[in-house]
Amino acid sequence: MEVGLNHYLALAAILFSLGLFAVVTKKNAVTVLMGVELILNAANINFVAFARFIDTDLDGQIIAVFVIVTAAAAAAVALAIVLNLYERLKSINLDEADSLAG
Amino acid sequence: MDFTNIAFYIFAALTVGSAGVMVFHRNVVYSAVGLLFAFFGVAGIYVLLAADFIAIVQILIYVGGILILLLFGVMLSQKLTKVDVRTESMQLVPAVVVVGGVLAVLLLTISSTPWKLAGSLEYEPTTKAIGRLMMTEYLIPFEIASVLLLAALIGAAYIARKN
Amino acid sequence: MPVLNANLTLQAAQFANLPETLQTILFMVLGAAIFAGAAAVLALVGVYLERKISAHMQDRVGPMEVNTEIPVLKNIGHGWAQTLADALKLLIKEDIVPAEADKKLHLMAPFIVFAATLAGFSVLPFGPGLVASDLNVGLFYIIAISSFVVIGIILAGWSSNNKWSLLGAMRSAAQIVSFEIPASLALLVVIMAVGSLNLGDIVAAQAGGIHKWLIWWYPPFNILAFFVFFVASLAELNRAPFDMPEAESEIVAGFHTEYSGMKWAMFFLAEYANMFLVGVIIATLFLGGWTSPFGDFLNSGPFPVFWVTLKAFIVIFVQIWLRWTLPRVRVDQLMYTSWKVLTPFAFVAMVGAGIWMML
Repeated sequence: MEVGLNHYLALAAILFSLGLFAVVTKKNAVTVLMGVELILNAANINFVAFARFIDTDLDGQIIAVFVIVTAAAAAAVALAIVLNLYERLKSINLDEADSLAG
Repeated sequence: MDFTNIAFYIFAALTVGSAGVMVFHRNVVYSAVGLLFAFFGVAGIYVLLAADFIAIVQILIYVGGILILLLFGVMLSQKLTKVDVRTESMQLVPAVVVVGGVLAVLLLTISSTPWKLAGSLEYEPTTKAIGRLMMTEYLIPFEIASVLLLAALIGAAYIARKN
Repeated sequence: MPVLNANLTLQAAQFANLPETLQTILFMVLGAAIFAGAAAVLALVGVYLERKISAHMQDRVGPMEVNTEIPVLKNIGHGWAQTLADALKLLIKEDIVPAEADKKLHLMAPFIVFAATLAGFSVLPFGPGLVASDLNVGLFYIIAISSFVVIGIILAGWSSNNKWSLLGAMRSAAQIVSFEIPASLALLVVIMAVGSLNLGDIVAAQAGGIHKWLIWWYPPFNILAFFVFFVASLAELNRAPFDMPEAESEIVAGFHTEYSGMKWAMFFLAEYANMFLVGVIIATLFLGGWTSPFGDFLNSGPFPVFWVTLKAFIVIFVQIWLRWTLPRVRVDQLMYTSWKVLTPFAFVAMVGAGIWMML
């Protein structure tokens, strides 16, 4: 069967679901972050696939570059928060981080 | 079956398989290794979508940057007396229901939508065109992205510093 | 009848399609095998050179004994077969895995490092048209694919379950990531000058003799970029004077403390293959690649391969020379070198060359 737009979109949908599953179920903050990265990758596959099959210019690819930039910034800040969390609670399990007091 | 179709199935299997390892393995470092191969597989998918520049950026930023950050995060936030670095799961049943529902809706939408296909199916180098767009049409987003990166750099350094 | 005929041709076309796919796959596998073999041989030559050069720098002669009885080869002497003997020894040595190690990742790590190194070889041009994959983003690809090495090293250090391994791996990762910044900035100077990421185009821009080499463009900015890239690449290779990741007086042998036998040999081979890779990159980007230094003289036939290999080995010689003459720097000095010396100078080179181009 010829591989077309639907195949790429289906792949992205599966990746998105796996990422969502990790975000919803994992206790470890770093694993949740990995799930977020997976979701962003799925979104990027969609952008690039639409840029190839539907659009004729490169707008989709440019947006993919910006998504990657934002993901890098998010990962840096999130890991800083994780390290801070570990320093205070000696654990990075998200269900233990339920205190609002500083 | 021509070569690009076979390559698509290989890369798709690699991506989904390693993403599965990432999600379902209990050891965080194994999750990171799964993520490594998932990123690599996605880069392969970009190549098949004629996005050569994005594919290399994907490897450079995700593997060379984000994944190394994540591994450092794992190693700085565990007691490393044992190789055992495990994570636990919670809310498994509701998660399966919700995620399964989302996936079903997505797949249904994808298969039932009549897409208007128009794009060219030629393989052309994209680097020059992307660079040109970045410096003309997308100049303001480009500048904002660099300011965002600077802010993230300073913010991350400030948060992670010991008081 | 015509319909059937068309149908038959269509089927024939589809049938002819399959062998073509197989041909492509066969070609790829064969190419990969040739590159793996060439990298291994070059690494062995590199190891022998390191032994001999270090020995002569320390006023001794190095390996002299290992030889064969084969008539012609016997007269070469100078222990030329020492590296071969070592390779054989490593192949048959027992592979010891620590009991508390993570077996799967311990096995996977050397393969990731070696595969990443080999993957870099696929875009190097060794002559006109003599390149495995003429990628239009070749240079960018090399920078990106080498980041797999860092992951491999972190995994090796972590899976060994040994504090020296982990410390060495963390040092190595921090070092490679920091030095990637000045190295990439220095490469930007070349990319701006030529206007292409394709290594073949970069070589073509330098054709015509030694005075056309990129190192002489926009003086003094390209020479500056060359020095920044050379120093940064030394650090990325974890070689002395930047060999803290495997500083034997501090952390035993760094990330490969717990490796032995064939897996250790793969790290070793990857290190020397990487030296050759960096040698070819420097030769291609700054020293004219496969073009002859004398214009059209000796610039055809097998000579392009000869020139690029010669230039790469000159770079390797300088790397070995520095290793055996300079003491190891401290970790804080290393970070100082990267962030406060090399990165500003790389920016100066980039901005300076850019302004020069606009004038």
